[in-house]
Amino acid sequence: MSWLTEFVRPKIQGFLKKEVPDNVWKNCDSCGQMLLIKDLEKNLNICPHCNHHMRASVTQRFDWTFDPNSYTRLDLPKAPVDPLQFKDKKKYADRLKENKTKSQLDESIVVAHGTIEGQKAVVAVMAFEFMAGTMGAAFGEGFIAAARLALAQQTPLIVYTASGGARMQEGMLSLMQMPRTVIAVEMLKEAGIPYIVVFTDPTTGGVTASFAMLGDIHIAEPNALIGFAGPRVIENTVHEKLPEGFQRSEYLLEHGMVDIVASRKELRPTLAKILRLLSNTAQPSEKVA
Amino acid sequence: MRQFLDFEKSVAELETKIFELQHVEQSSDDMNISEELKQLVEKADKQLIALYAKLTPWQKVQVARHAQRPHALDYVNAFIEDFTALAGDRLFGEDHAIIGGIGRFNGQTVVVIGIERGSDLDTRLEHNFGMARPEGYRKAQRLMQLASQFNVPVITLVDTPGAWPGIDAEERGQAEAIAKSIQTCLRTTVPIVTVIIGEGGSGGAIALATADKILMLEHSIYSVISPEACSSILWRDASQAAQAAGALCLTAQDLLKFKLIDQIIEEPMGGAQRDPEAAVASVKKAIQESLDELQAIPAQILQAKRRDKFLAMGRQEVE
Repeated sequence: MSWLTEFVRPKIQGFLKKEVPDNVWKNCDSCGQMLLIKDLEKNLNICPHCNHHMRASVTQRFDWTFDPNSYTRLDLPKAPVDPLQFKDKKKYADRLKENKTKSQLDESIVVAHGTIEGQKAVVAVMAFEFMAGTMGAAFGEGFIAAARLALAQQTPLIVYTASGGARMQEGMLSLMQMPRTVIAVEMLKEAGIPYIVVFTDPTTGGVTASFAMLGDIHIAEPNALIGFAGPRVIENTVHEKLPEGFQRSEYLLEHGMVDIVASRKELRPTLAKILRLLSNTAQPSEKVA
Repeated sequence: MRQFLDFEKSVAELETKIFELQHVEQSSDDMNISEELKQLVEKADKQLIALYAKLTPWQKVQVARHAQRPHALDYVNAFIEDFTALAGDRLFGEDHAIIGGIGRFNGQTVVVIGIERGSDLDTRLEHNFGMARPEGYRKAQRLMQLASQFNVPVITLVDTPGAWPGIDAEERGQAEAIAKSIQTCLRTTVPIVTVIIGEGGSGGAIALATADKILMLEHSIYSVISPEACSSILWRDASQAAQAAGALCLTAQDLLKFKLIDQIIEEPMGGAQRDPEAAVASVKKAIQESLDELQAIPAQILQAKRRDKFLAMGRQEVE
């Protein structure tokens, strides 16, 4: 061992010691503050210091949206698995397996139905933790199933988006989910069923450019990245510095692309209010303290 | 001047020889030269046919992007009579990447919408290399609505690397513009025939290709992402584009096999760029055949069939 390694090593060890144990503490993705995971979860994954909305799991979304113990998950239809037999550095089939194990989910969409402040609704959540929430054939089938359930129950459909866009490993079959999901949205519109999109971080590519931008009402969580092209692609194309806050929820609000930017804590009451207003059921005008 | 692609090198060498010999032949009446010339031409044709019979996906990508291939405006100028270009989305501006208007196709009034990428530096810049902005897609929506209103069919000609990924495009809602275009295609009450004439680049293409009939030229491509971008994302190395092109199944032949398109239009020997007139004629014939079939279907059934067609995509394998 040379004097150099001897000399450098203690420093590295000192650095390592500062690392946060995996399951008790977490650093805020935005301000870096150490947060107790238990507290963070109680606060809906919002950093108490900087109000940054961290990503949420599918189960958390359902828990935060539906009334307690009110929801049932839907079994989603089967779709072609790996139709292209796609392989890059890794086989797509293996990637799918890994993602299933890691996320404990079958695909990038999970659908449930239940009540929100007593109002019935179907809720579809895109799972960013499953292959970056990308849209392939199975996603398309799941989305169409969600719309069909909303149609059958005559209840509104709420979709939480979070996606890197189309799933390249399914090639053109993935691109075709754009018209397919739009058809599902059209079925709802024709039946007069409310369709509400909640944009969460990040929502990009073919997802934004299909069903996501066709909601009757668009709600976005604060500071979520929402766009067609990713910021790096744009930067590499135009060789310009991107403006401050570019493609963030507040920017989209200013540019007329979303109706409401709502903090996660306001989300449930906001959704419930909209559902009541659109279902046109009279509500006793009681004041809530 | 004919532009050759890298893989056409052997043909290029032969054709250079042929060109030289033709000069010599003009100034002499040596029978041997004529005979040699004839043999060379035959050899070049044979090589070309052999090459184009088994193009790799990556070679197809290059052919699809060939500068001398007929582009949208070439088709419009060749087979749309009285073409009257219509401009603007009535909201923000005019996008030169998408050309559109009304005209007569085989005597019948149609709405035609095409993505034009340009053929030389000036026209490429003018048309932004075929990368449309939101106002282009919104103009297309306006024209499709016009077609429904006046009960005339829609022809779309797709040739784009993709929608423009710029700050301005995002600012004005590129995603919304594409989503609405798909929706407008689905709501159109008249037949829509799409021809992928070169490159069908992802969302920027499907915005104009949610059609009753999707035709592809033999050596055109249609992909969810460019092979270059796919390579840099999945292989973390931009040089694997050829491999990515194969993995993506982006050729007309692959897509017909997956039943994602309806028909392949054969190209002249050595690709559309060698004989644009013949390519244009084949496309014209194929569009007319599709229109004949679609115009026999009542509007409501047509719309329902269009939906069913897309809903069925990918399903046959699981059922």
